[in-house]
Amino acid sequence: MAQQSSGNGLKLTLAWLFVGIPLTWGVIQTCINALLLFK
Amino acid sequence: MSILSKDRTIAPPGYSRWLIPPAALCIHLCIGQVYAFSVFNLPMTKLLGISQSTPDDWQLTDLGWIFSIAIFFLGASAAVLGRWVEEGGPRRAMFTAALCFGGGFLVAALGVSVHALWIVYLGYGVIGGVGLGLGYISPVSTLIKWFPDRPGMATGMAIMGFGGAAFIASPLSVWLMGRFTTPTHIGVAETFVVLGVIYFVFMMVGAFIVRVPSPGWKPEGWVAPAQAKKLVTTNNVFVYEALKTPQFWLIWWVLCLNVTAGIGVLGQASAMSQEMFPGRVTAVAAAGFVGLMSLFNMAGRFFWASTSDYIGRKNTYFCFFVLGAILYAFVPTTGNIGSITLFVLSFLIIISMYGGGFATVPAYLRDMFGTRYVGAIHGMLITAWSAAGIFGPVIVNYMRQYQIDHGVAKADAYNTTMYVMAVLLIVGFVCNFFIQAVDKRHHMTREAELQAEREGAAA
Repeated sequence: MAQQSSGNGLKLTLAWLFVGIPLTWGVIQTCINALLLFK
Repeated sequence: MSILSKDRTIAPPGYSRWLIPPAALCIHLCIGQVYAFSVFNLPMTKLLGISQSTPDDWQLTDLGWIFSIAIFFLGASAAVLGRWVEEGGPRRAMFTAALCFGGGFLVAALGVSVHALWIVYLGYGVIGGVGLGLGYISPVSTLIKWFPDRPGMATGMAIMGFGGAAFIASPLSVWLMGRFTTPTHIGVAETFVVLGVIYFVFMMVGAFIVRVPSPGWKPEGWVAPAQAKKLVTTNNVFVYEALKTPQFWLIWWVLCLNVTAGIGVLGQASAMSQEMFPGRVTAVAAAGFVGLMSLFNMAGRFFWASTSDYIGRKNTYFCFFVLGAILYAFVPTTGNIGSITLFVLSFLIIISMYGGGFATVPAYLRDMFGTRYVGAIHGMLITAWSAAGIFGPVIVNYMRQYQIDHGVAKADAYNTTMYVMAVLLIVGFVCNFFIQAVDKRHHMTREAELQAEREGAAA
């Protein structure tokens, strides 16, 4: 049971990083542009 | 192909349902690229002339059709293929969406290489558009089945991805074009090829992560409410039977009016902010304002859909219509008193509710028609989006022009439009007010459900 739980944890981490990293990168790019433009 | 069949995607014991939102995001973060397609428009007007357009180069007006065709096929394929998606399961639909969307880019790349615009229309517009429609609805019912306790939050997460995809696609496309462009060549075709391959792979990851829950599965510790809520059914309505209910058409108008109000100003935000505050909002600042609006559009999808799990779908739309109407009516005042801050704040809230309208509607349909065909019914409802895509910009553009032609100053030309938008939202409020639970005669009988399951298995 503990093994299954840790396996799930790894899969969850990888899956969320897979979508989270590009999305966060895109949001940061947009924020940087928005802040620069309002200066 | 059996690996794609619904039976092969049933989750094994111990499978975490929190893997489903990233699977859905793999699809929506790709197909939402359509919002960023305009970054290719200008480079595609100079494919032959390189530094400037030549008479043989494509015109911007012709290129605008690529986006319109894609959006048309998004709505059409979601409406026509919704039942196929529902009965074949999410993996088959996601795989097909990946093939169409990635393949559409490759066909469009060929069109750019041989400078044949009809091939680009066929590739990105038709084939890619079908991928958009299939991809948009494919994870919806799966998410709702995995999250019966929080369907709004679950679908909100996926549809948030659609709103956020342009943040990735826009800088990525510009960067890729920069890499492939030389003094004698504009690298649009190569960029299309790379994007097609990246999106195909990314979407395939989603297709292989996704699972459907085993029959009778429930979240651990979750007990279905003993007494059904008035506006949340425990029955199912057959996909085509839903079209015969007033609820479907009322929700169609609710979505259409909410989107019409948002989409009209989304496309005009930059020009509107500059014309309402002449000399105070520069083109650069206006672009920053548009970026902020996109962020609120994305965040609103998650925020409002999640909130709807607590306050109910009907009340969430009441918030959109009441708050939206007040804010639209208030916008001309912000111009009159010269408050850019209040103007920006008003539109950020308005646009968050525009995104929220998209993200909350799948859960609204689930409450009305049950989970069995919610994906297919959602597919048919997408036509409301297509209609709003025409109404919104037309109302804003033509009313502004009419005002200017009749001697109204540019700074005041949007006032009437804002009041019209407020009225549209009041009409939406009335439609939402009349939504009641679906009559029992539309519910599927037990025999009909079993028959549908057999047909689904055979498909």
